Formats: sequence, structure tokens, C-alpha cells
Amino acid sequence: MILEIRNVGKVYGGFCALHEVAMKVEEGKIHAVIGPNGAGKTTLFNLISGMHDISSGEIWFKGERLNELKPHLRAKLGIGRTFQIVRLFDSLTVLENVMLGRHCKTKAGLFKTFFKFSLKELEEEKTTRENALKWLEFVGLGPKADQMASNLPHAEQRLVEMARALTLEPDLLLLDEPAAGMNPKETMGLNGLMAKMNQMGKTILLIEHNMQLVMGISETISVLNFGEKIAEGNPSEVQDNPAVIEAYLGKKRRGN
Amino acid sequence: MDYLLSVATVAGIYIIMALSFYMPFLTGQISLGQAGFMAVGAYASAVATVKWGVPYIPSVLFGGIVAGIVGFVLGLPALRIKGIYLLLLTLGFGEIVRVIFINLKYVGAAGGFPGIPYQKYTLFYAYGMVFILIIFFSRLRKSRMGRAFQAVGNDETAAEILGVNITSAKLMAFSVGAFIAGIGGGIFAHFQEYVEPLMFGVMHAVEFIVFAIFGGVQIFWGPIFGAFVLTFMPEFFRIIQTWRMELYGVLLIVMMILRPQGVIGLDTIQGLKRLFQKAH
Amino acid sequence: MILQQLINGLMLGATYSLVAIGYTLIFGVLGLLHFAHGEVLMAGAFMGLYIILWSGLPLYITLPLTMIATGALGLIIDLLAIRPIRKDIHLAPLLSTIGVTIILQNLAIKLFGGYGTKFPDAIATTNYHVGPLLISTAQILILGTSLLLMGVLYFVIAKTKAGRAMRAVSESHLTAGLLGVNVDRIVLLTFGIASALAGAAGVMVGICFHAVSPFIGLTFALKGLVVMLLGGLGNVVGAMIGGLILGLAEVSSIVLIPPEINLQDIFAFGIMILILIFKPSGLFGSRITRG
Repeated sequence: MILEIRNVGKVYGGFCALHEVAMKVEEGKIHAVIGPNGAGKTTLFNLISGMHDISSGEIWFKGERLNELKPHLRAKLGIGRTFQIVRLFDSLTVLENVMLGRHCKTKAGLFKTFFKFSLKELEEEKTTRENALKWLEFVGLGPKADQMASNLPHAEQRLVEMARALTLEPDLLLLDEPAAGMNPKETMGLNGLMAKMNQMGKTILLIEHNMQLVMGISETISVLNFGEKIAEGNPSEVQDNPAVIEAYLGKKRRGN
Repeated sequence: MDYLLSVATVAGIYIIMALSFYMPFLTGQISLGQAGFMAVGAYASAVATVKWGVPYIPSVLFGGIVAGIVGFVLGLPALRIKGIYLLLLTLGFGEIVRVIFINLKYVGAAGGFPGIPYQKYTLFYAYGMVFILIIFFSRLRKSRMGRAFQAVGNDETAAEILGVNITSAKLMAFSVGAFIAGIGGGIFAHFQEYVEPLMFGVMHAVEFIVFAIFGGVQIFWGPIFGAFVLTFMPEFFRIIQTWRMELYGVLLIVMMILRPQGVIGLDTIQGLKRLFQKAH
Repeated sequence: MILQQLINGLMLGATYSLVAIGYTLIFGVLGLLHFAHGEVLMAGAFMGLYIILWSGLPLYITLPLTMIATGALGLIIDLLAIRPIRKDIHLAPLLSTIGVTIILQNLAIKLFGGYGTKFPDAIATTNYHVGPLLISTAQILILGTSLLLMGVLYFVIAKTKAGRAMRAVSESHLTAGLLGVNVDRIVLLTFGIASALAGAAGVMVGICFHAVSPFIGLTFALKGLVVMLLGGLGNVVGAMIGGLILGLAEVSSIVLIPPEINLQDIFAFGIMILILIFKPSGLFGSRITRG
């Protein structure tokens, strides 16, 4: 179990976004979190990555308790994340964006920037650049390295964000609706990408609305509704689960 | 000629000040307090030279370091505060500094601190510092911390998720900005031969912001350009002198409407590069 | 004695409320903290002063006139310095409002000099004895007018079509636009109303303190923003209550601490820092969690 979510709850003001959610994510698997809009999926991601505080319960990652850990330390532990709405750094190029993924693995501080570049720093910068380029090519965007990140079309920006998260060399990758706004061809590419990442040993936790993609690639699916987990299992189990169907479609009409 | 050299010296000092604003700005912190840090640096280095007999360069450095320390202290509460509230915090800081110096007998209180030995070569020291800053900022751009600063300025949360310690990044940028302002203050003090609290008021802090914003904030050449041009302009047009502050206000508004990134942007640099390549 | 100070505090607080409401309204429809709002108050104070000086008109005419004038100033500010700016560019609107601040403050210094100007006694001041309290006409007037203005504003926002439109725009520009609301015009209207209120507050400040200077703009900018923090960003009722709280708190601080350097302003400044560090969402909670 690489990630354990133990009876986690989140309250915003008076509003209960998550309630007693328990989940275990197995290492090396692709685990999807689905549910209607507003079910609390992104909130869960926010709690795992540290953007918001946990109101109740605990989250454990690789045997460490995450609750009080600041976000940048969680990244260092090996949690990578992409966002529902792409959050690239507008004033940096594509490659520079991706290079930032390696920030917590490198050390060059401010002083070293100013006083003579030592050979070590130059080496580190070169490695960072090559590493980033490698991941950029992995998602298929090598040639766009020096373009301003904001100039890329939407789907490519998503890929850059993914490359950036991958540069972190995370053990757990949180992907928040990676296929949103993608056409079928792009989605297939994404599918292949995720399969490759999984083959490399990365655990993927995925929020997605594209059911074809989810059912096709996930090994375990957890279903959330109104902040609670209502079902969990492999794709066929979840598909046939009446609670899940009801959540998405509303109560079955009598006589249907 | 002498007069022009004098203006050029002041321009050099103002370039340093504009860059001191630019440093925290990179991480998204707009500071109205750089004049306050300048005051700290000016007074500290003046005290060092006049009262303790410290030679010029260490004295100026001392001013910078003291300002940097004060910057670190102010930077701590500033971490939690953004936007207009940070403006108010830094504005308040500037005012508090001024009030402190008005009341501090040790440095002459409201009457000012006279008798600072004149540094004949201020022009060279000022532009020497500018040169050092150019090297610093250009190296920063291509470095790990430089990217981190930009990322924090663009999107703090996303940067933090990626593993950037935004607390230390912002604090560092803020302190270094204060240090640079302190150096500017030190050089300024030994050029003016005396300092008084009035020289470091809010409107000066605003001026530094205008230099940077007008000049351009996408790249460090912007504040350099802005400070240089806006220091020289009033010298050639009398009318600009009287209405200088109002014109700065208009300039800010117009720039935000027409070209928010400032005069010198990334496109300017790329354009210049292409021109350079064509010539070869 | 304490009750006496309470009245003073309420009076002071009422002016803060008027300023803060303006900030809140503008923040509500634009998501922008209008740095130059304090300068509008300052402009109102001077306009009121000169209207009285030159025409000798009574207060109940001067006040509305000033409000119209500052309202117009607010419209101009929106049209020239806010509307043309692309709101999605980080910090651009804020910098523009700094520009407006610089212009207004320096123009005022050129026109009126850098020192305070005495505000004429515009009201025949009679002091009434209500039990142990000494209440002057000025205090009644200021409190009364402020409460009246706040009441009218509340009515406008809650019950009129324009008010509903303002609330819609506060929620979402996109949705309001889709529903047929002319967002630009509502923003303009909001600026006008907010600025008119600031002008009224300016005149009251003149009456309160018997003097105005070009530098009160920044002071009230600070106070107004502190009230915003107290009442919660975007919360109009919170702004009203917060203003009164700040007024009372300041007055208490004068009583408790001997008058040194302008400790009043530092007091507000200190409150701001404490709130920002410990409870950034304000005492009443903000509608919008923005900074």
C-alpha cells in the first residue's frame, strides 16, 4: 500500500466536502477515482498533495504520515500532481517549466548562482536540462522545448504539465482529469502514455470523467458521491454496482 | 558636463534601486518599502564611515547587510500577505523607518546626518554595482533558483506542489532585495554627503516601482532601462520636472493599458537577438 | 465619560464604514482592491471644503453636491484607469490604481499645499445634554447621515433591479453577462456609488477633525482596508459593522494610551498585521477568499 487514506474528512466553513473516506492505493497500480461533479474528488487530491488541511483522519504515504507535512515536502517524498485546469508557469518556456520538476532534487542555492559557477553547479544545471528534455520527449513534445509555455495549444499544455510532474520522478502520480478537452486521438495518446508510466513502476491515481478511458486502463476504481465513498472494485464490479448507476443517473424509474 | 555626470551617477543609483524592487517582484511581492531599506542602508553606512572610521567599500557593504537583515525580519510577516495588503505593510514599514530616523538623535534626527565624506568615484562604484547586478540577474535567469522565483511569482501553489519551498524563496528574494536597496542607500549617502529622513519618503518608493514597471518586468534589463531613461528625461524637459509625479502616475496607467509588461519585454530581447543574427 | 467616547467612536466608525463599503462594493464587482479609493475621499473633503468656503451653502446642500462630484470622479477613474485594463494580467489593475493615487495626491498637493487646511465650521454647533452625555449637532449629523446612507445603500442592493444586477455581477461576470446584464455599466455604477459614499465620508472627516490635508487619502485607504479585513472581503454588512468596531477600538486606544506619535494610525496598522497573520479570512468570514 503506497497510499492510505484513513477516514479522511474535510470541512470548508460549514460545508462538508469529504466524510469518512477510506481508501487504499496499491503500489504500481492504476487506481481511478470517479463520481459525479462535486463528489469531492479534487478535494481529495488537494488533501493528498497538501494544498488544503485535513479536517479529520489521516493520510499515509510510503509509511509516512502526511497530515502536517507542507506541500513541497510531500513532493520531495514522491508525490506528483497535475491539475484540472492547467497550471503552467506563464513567464517560463516549456523546457523551463519541466526543469522545475527537478527543483527538490537539486541543490544549487542563491549564493552559488552569484559567486563563480563551480563545475558542480554547471554539471547539475546540465543534468537538469537533459533530464527535463528526456521527459519532454517522453510525452512527445521535444521540439517545443524553447517555446513559451503559454503559447502551446491546450492539449499540449496538459502534456507539458505531465512531463513536469514526471521530472519529479514521483512514485505516486495524481492526475486530475488529464483527458479533459482532448479529442479521441489525443485521448488514445494519453492512454498509451499512462500505460508506459505505469510500466515504469509508477502508481497512478486518476480522476477522470471519460468512462471509456477509465474502464479501459484502471485496475481499481473508487467511486465518490457527495463526499463519501460509495463503491470500490475492478471496472466490471463498479460498472454493475447499482449504487454507482444511481449516483450518476439518479434513481431507476419504476418499471424500467 | 559635470552636471550630466552627476545625473548619470544618480541614474546609476536609481538603477540599483529599481533592481532592488525587481528582486522581490519576481516572486510576486510588490514592495513599497525599498525607500525604507535605502534609508537603513544610507544611515548605517554613514554611521560606519563617520562615527567608526570604516573605509568606503566595507561601509557600503555594511549598509547593505543591515538593510538585508531588516528585510529578512520584515519579510517574515510579509510571507502571509499578498497584493494590496503587502503594499500597505511595506508602505507602513517605510513610514515607520522614516519616523524612527526623525526621532533618532544619534543620527541627527530631523536635521539630518551631515559630514559624510564625499566619494569622488561614486559614478564608477554605482555602475560597478550595476554591472555586478547584471551578472547576478543574468545568471539567476538560467539557474534553479531563478526558475523557482519566477514560478513562485506566476503561481505559488503550483510551485509548492512541485517541491519549491515557497517560504524560503519569497523570504530570500525579499531579503536580497532589501540588501540591494541598502547598497544603493550606502552609495547614495556618500554621494550626497548628508542624509535626512525626507529623502526616503513614500513617493521615492513609488518612483522606484514606476522605473521598474515602466522599463519592463519580464527581464532585468527592463528596470535598468526604466530607471536610466526616467532619471534623464526630466533633465531635458523642464515641464516634466514640475509635474514629474503626476506624469509617473499617468505613465503607470498608460503602461498598464497599452503594454503591461513594460517597454522592454521578452519580445524586445528576441527582436534584438534576431537583429544581431541578421547582421552576421 | 466612557459613553462619551463611545459616541465619538461611533461617529469615527461611521466614516470608516462608509469608506469600507465603497471598497467592498468595488471588490465585489471587480475583485479589485481599489487603492485610490482613499484619495477619492480626500478629494471629497476638499471639494466640500471649497464649496462651503466659496458659496457658503449649508451642509445639507453641500453634502449631496460633493457626493455628486466625487461620484463623477469615480466614474472618470473607472472609465480611464480601470475599464481599459485587462483584468487577467496579474497585478495590472492594482498598479493602475497606484497610478491614480499618485496623480490625485500630487495634484492635491499642488492645488492645496502640503499642509493641512482648516475645514470651516459648517454647522451651527449646539451641544445637547442627553443625560450625562454631551452630544453636538455635528455628531448627530454625521452619525445620522451615515446611517441614512448605509440604509439607503442596503435598500438599493437588496431591493432594486440595479442592486440585483450588482449582486449578480459580484457572483460571476460571465453568468451575469449571459443573463443580459451590462457588466461594464454595472461596474461603472458601482464605482459611482462607492465614490459618492467616499465623498460623503470625506466631508464628514472634515467636520470631525476640523481640518483636511492631501495626505489623509492614504490614511483612510489603510483604515478602509483594515475594516475590510475585519468584516470580511466582499461582505457589505461586515464592512458596516467592522467600521464601527474600528472606530470604537481606535477611540478606546486613545483613552488607554497617552497621545504620542500618531498612534491612532499605527494602531489600525497593527490590527491589520495581526489579522493578516492570524485570521486572513476576517472576523465575519469572507465571501470570496481572495487576497
